[in-house]
Amino acid sequence: MTSGFPATADAARAPVPKLEMRGITKRYPGVTANDHIDLDLQPGEIHALLGENGAGKTTLMNILYGLAVPDEGQILIDGTPVRIAGPSDAIARGIEMVHQHFMLIPVLSVAENVVLGAETMANPIFLDLREASRRIRKLAGKFGFELDPDAKVQSLSVGQQQRVEILKMLYRDAQILVLDEPTAVLTPSETEEIFVLLRNLAKDGRSIIFISHKLQEVLEIADRITVIRRGRVIGERIPAKTNAKELAELMVGRAVLLTIDRGQSHPTDVRLKVEGLRVRDDRGGEVVRGVDLEIRGGEILGIAGVAGNGQDELVEALVGLRKVASGRVSLAGRDVTGASPRTINEANVGYVPGDRQRFGLILPFPLTDNLVLTSYYKPPFAHGLIRDEGAILAAARDRIREYDVRTPSPLVPAQTLSGGNQQKLIVAREFVGDTTLLVLDQPTRGLDVGSIEFIHKRIIEKRNVGAAVLLVSAELDEVMELSDRIAVMYRGKLVAFLDGRTADKYQVGLLMATGEGGSGVADATGSAS
Amino acid sequence: MDALLHALNGIPVLGLVFQFVEYFITSLPFTAHVAVQLAVPICLAALCGVMCERSGVVNIGLEGIMLTCAFTGWFAGAVVTGVLGPGTPTPIFGFTVPLLLALVAAILAGMLLSLLHAWLSISVRADQIISGAIINIAAIGLTGYMNTLLSTQTLAATSNFSALRIPAAVAGFPVVGWLINALFGQGPIGIATVLIVIIFQILLFRSRWGLRTRSVGEHPRAAETVGIDVIRLRYRNVVMSGALAALGGAYLSMEATNAFQAGMTQGRGFIGLAAMIVGRWTPVGAFGAALLFASSQAISQSISVSPPPGDLGTLLSHVPTQFFDALPYLITIVVLAGLIGRSIAPAADGRPYQRESAS
Repeated sequence: MTSGFPATADAARAPVPKLEMRGITKRYPGVTANDHIDLDLQPGEIHALLGENGAGKTTLMNILYGLAVPDEGQILIDGTPVRIAGPSDAIARGIEMVHQHFMLIPVLSVAENVVLGAETMANPIFLDLREASRRIRKLAGKFGFELDPDAKVQSLSVGQQQRVEILKMLYRDAQILVLDEPTAVLTPSETEEIFVLLRNLAKDGRSIIFISHKLQEVLEIADRITVIRRGRVIGERIPAKTNAKELAELMVGRAVLLTIDRGQSHPTDVRLKVEGLRVRDDRGGEVVRGVDLEIRGGEILGIAGVAGNGQDELVEALVGLRKVASGRVSLAGRDVTGASPRTINEANVGYVPGDRQRFGLILPFPLTDNLVLTSYYKPPFAHGLIRDEGAILAAARDRIREYDVRTPSPLVPAQTLSGGNQQKLIVAREFVGDTTLLVLDQPTRGLDVGSIEFIHKRIIEKRNVGAAVLLVSAELDEVMELSDRIAVMYRGKLVAFLDGRTADKYQVGLLMATGEGGSGVADATGSAS
Repeated sequence: MDALLHALNGIPVLGLVFQFVEYFITSLPFTAHVAVQLAVPICLAALCGVMCERSGVVNIGLEGIMLTCAFTGWFAGAVVTGVLGPGTPTPIFGFTVPLLLALVAAILAGMLLSLLHAWLSISVRADQIISGAIINIAAIGLTGYMNTLLSTQTLAATSNFSALRIPAAVAGFPVVGWLINALFGQGPIGIATVLIVIIFQILLFRSRWGLRTRSVGEHPRAAETVGIDVIRLRYRNVVMSGALAALGGAYLSMEATNAFQAGMTQGRGFIGLAAMIVGRWTPVGAFGAALLFASSQAISQSISVSPPPGDLGTLLSHVPTQFFDALPYLITIVVLAGLIGRSIAPAADGRPYQRESAS
């Protein structure tokens, strides 16, 4: 043959990647979020992007989706360089993204959400929602699930909402699908179903970028894994030839304890006793509907449940932030039903709220003030009406050192810290001293592996020195790893109590999703055995 | 049966209720017509509010926009009449060249003022309540001041739009005829309002523009991620809504009357906001609420024009007219307190949108 068609010969050897990102660099003041990142995506491939929070995954995807402009580098689609200046450019090139937080409008119907931005029109002015519904049903059918196009999104479960997000991409006939932590809010069985869907999409020839920091998931779903750390590509692995331990080390840059050794619990006296607790939400609906539980010193009770099943209200009622409709709460034998947050705090209850930025910290205040939010009014931090700045600063320095809060100074505002350091700051305040009870609401939500490891260790330490711990988390793995006992909350009730060491993940997932889980439901009264 | 009714009539309160219902029905042709007249400016203000807030911008400057436009329309009309002469009014609606030019001027003024509000609340991301309050205060002050200045001048007298005459045979037909007369026995702005309500309602829930507007008012980030330009859509809607409030102002000084008085909007912009809330941010709902509010005033007018006979008349003559003026606000409080169903604002209402740092 002649040498006239080198490109063809090349193409025969290695197919042109669907997408190629070459030398992408993005600098923000003070940090290089992406440092010459190379990434390629083959047709029909599920390529996982693994990295800690702040590693640069989201920046890279924002560049791909036109939400950020790279300082250097090139994006090629089907081998042709392209310029992506905004989401509409990305969409026009067949790139679609499922964002970490749902980009759905709750009050609109499924069909309206799906067509938004790429409307199916009956004429230049009016929508053709009937045709849209027909196409949605057809698409859903093709990939093996069902969805009512006329249902309001707010009436759907989280898993169904995730499907609506995926449908949105398919409706636009996306060839490159980016999913940013798509399983963060799903139960194990919902995750399984989404994985089946993703595999079907890949079989259909579509290319998928799957962003995650969950190692097991990445190993399960990906064809190829690229690990990013501090804006750089650290390595590329094939799931068959690697394992969670190696990936974690690549990701964090050091050896990490993936599963913490929770050790044995030695339950002592009953610290928290809740009887027939009923609590209403802000709209007046009863969302905690008769909860009974008991936690003893030296044990961790984990409450698993899909977000929105009354966990937030339960926790708020326990720490005095929400009115108790009926029932009884007692702390170490003392009735504290309806007591003020300060009364409960002074009974040595530590509380890590679910939303650290709104309820855990006063963001514009310095770390020093944030560290004494629960104790500023009493010695040694105050004498009468006068604050003792020296004592506050000294205590702050101690706790910042002890809890490894990375900050240039104890006097900077809390909002300048990263999420992980903010959480450590709250932990440093709430874990200090003799603790009767620790109430932890989503203590590691949105944190990276390193911070999670740190906080988990501290929780175990507190348990080991005799504190009772109530751990509420939507992250099932976290509940499974730490809890001595597990309670599953479903529609305002604790539907099952299980032993933390023997509980089966799928059974807990089933209980979370349906409130029923067949056999093995241990002790339904909620007392420690 | 008769005895029972008679006995019921003996109970004073029930008797009064019967009398009131009877009076209400006999005066309906009058009150319905007046109610629609009174509802038009309230409704236009409410529609302006619906268009702004559905796309996520709170606009409490309605009152000021209406007042400014009422002044601009009247003043432009007088100036153009002075230059071109009064012109001959068309037989239907009484259109004249100066009047139409004045209407255009009023609408432009409304859109310009809304552009200011849009700029302050969308680009500058100022507090939208304060921006609206500034517009209100400035409008009251400026139009009042200019009106005082002009009172020493002799301005050409302007005409106003005239109402469509519904033939007496139709207008007198019970119920249907009364309704036709009430809705369409109005001037051009009045009739246009009825049409705008219907078109706006359909567009908001059936068109691409409507879907995008609702999405931008509920979850602007979600809209942006599917390629919708949130900022541009908000600008466009706020500016367009200015034309609606302008029509409301023009109605006052160019259709209901042919003159401007300081502060002539008399809180109609605020009642319009209340109508928007009671009408749950839908055009038809807003129209209904505006009618409800207006009918309390219409009944009050009817009572003063032709008081009912008997006990009821004596009783009502003791009810101060302010009571009827206050009714719209009472109804709004009841609705806001959630007694008549909940009225939920668009989720992103009043929250400025900031694009992710796409630098």
